[in-house]
Amino acid sequence: MEDLKIELKGKIIEVLNLEDITIEDIQDNDPLFGDGLGLDSIDALELIVLMDKDYGIKLSDPKEGRSIFQSVETMATYIAANRTK
Amino acid sequence: MEQHKYSISKWCTVSDETVSRLDQVVFEGEKGDFAAFAKAYYKANEIDYPKFFKMDALSKLAFIGSECLLMDEEFEKPSSDIALLFSNASSSLDTDLKHCESIVEKESFYPSPAVFVYTLANICLAEVSIKHKLQSENTFFVSPRFDIDLMYAQASYILETNRAKQVLCAWVEYLEGTYQFFGYMVSPYKQGEVEHTRENIKNIYKR
Repeated sequence: MEDLKIELKGKIIEVLNLEDITIEDIQDNDPLFGDGLGLDSIDALELIVLMDKDYGIKLSDPKEGRSIFQSVETMATYIAANRTK
Repeated sequence: MEQHKYSISKWCTVSDETVSRLDQVVFEGEKGDFAAFAKAYYKANEIDYPKFFKMDALSKLAFIGSECLLMDEEFEKPSSDIALLFSNASSSLDTDLKHCESIVEKESFYPSPAVFVYTLANICLAEVSIKHKLQSENTFFVSPRFDIDLMYAQASYILETNRAKQVLCAWVEYLEGTYQFFGYMVSPYKQGEVEHTRENIKNIYKR
C-alpha cells in the first residue's frame, strides 16, 4: 500500500502539472481539493481518466468520486480494492 | 491635420525565447524549447500563479506577453477598462492536434480533459482576464496574417464607443513549437507618445 501511495503521488504531480510540489510535500491524508492541494474540477476529471487508464477503474457515479478523491489515502484504498490493471 | 485621441503607449514581443519591451530585451531564455523558456520566464519574474503550468502553449504565450504589458499598469481590480483584442493564424490547432493524438486509437482512447479545455483559441483571453481580473470586452480573430487594418478598426471602435478606456491588442501565434507574440497597448493619447495609427502599428510590428 505504501508503494501504491508513492506511485499515486508521483502520477498526480505529473498528470496535473503540479509544479514545485514533490512527493514528500503531499501527506497521505491531505485533502486533494479545497485547502489541500487546491485541485479544481478539471483536475477531478483528469483523476477519473488516470483511474481508468492506469488502474482499469471506471468511475461513473460523481458521488462515488467525492469520497474516493478525498485524499491520496482514500484513492489508494479504493484502487487497491478495485484495480483491474 | 487629423487629431489622434489614442496612442500606442507600450509594446512587447515574445519570440525566439526572447521577451522585448519597447524594443529592449527584458528576458532571454535558452534557445530551442518554448516550454523551458516559459518556465524560466515565470521563475525569473517570481510569478506566483501555479495555474500557469496547467495552461497550453498558446495561453502561456498570451500570459507572458500580457504580463509584460500589464505588469506596471495601475488599475482597480476587477476592471472593465482594459479590453483584450487578440488574433492569430492557427487558432488552437497546436492543442487540437494534441487532443486528436489522444483519441486516434480505439484501444487507448483517453482524451485529457485538461488538454481538451484549451481546444478553443479564445481560452487564452480568459486566462489573461482571470489573472488580471479583467471583466472587459474581449475578442479573438483568426486571420492568415497580422491584419493591421482589422486590429486598428476594432480597437478604435472599442474605444470610441466607450466599451473600454484601453485596449491590449496582440497577435498570439503558436503552432508546433514555432511562435510569435506581438502586443501593444492602445491608450488615451499623452504628449510625446506614439500615435495610434495603422502606419505606426506597422512600423512597430516590423522592428
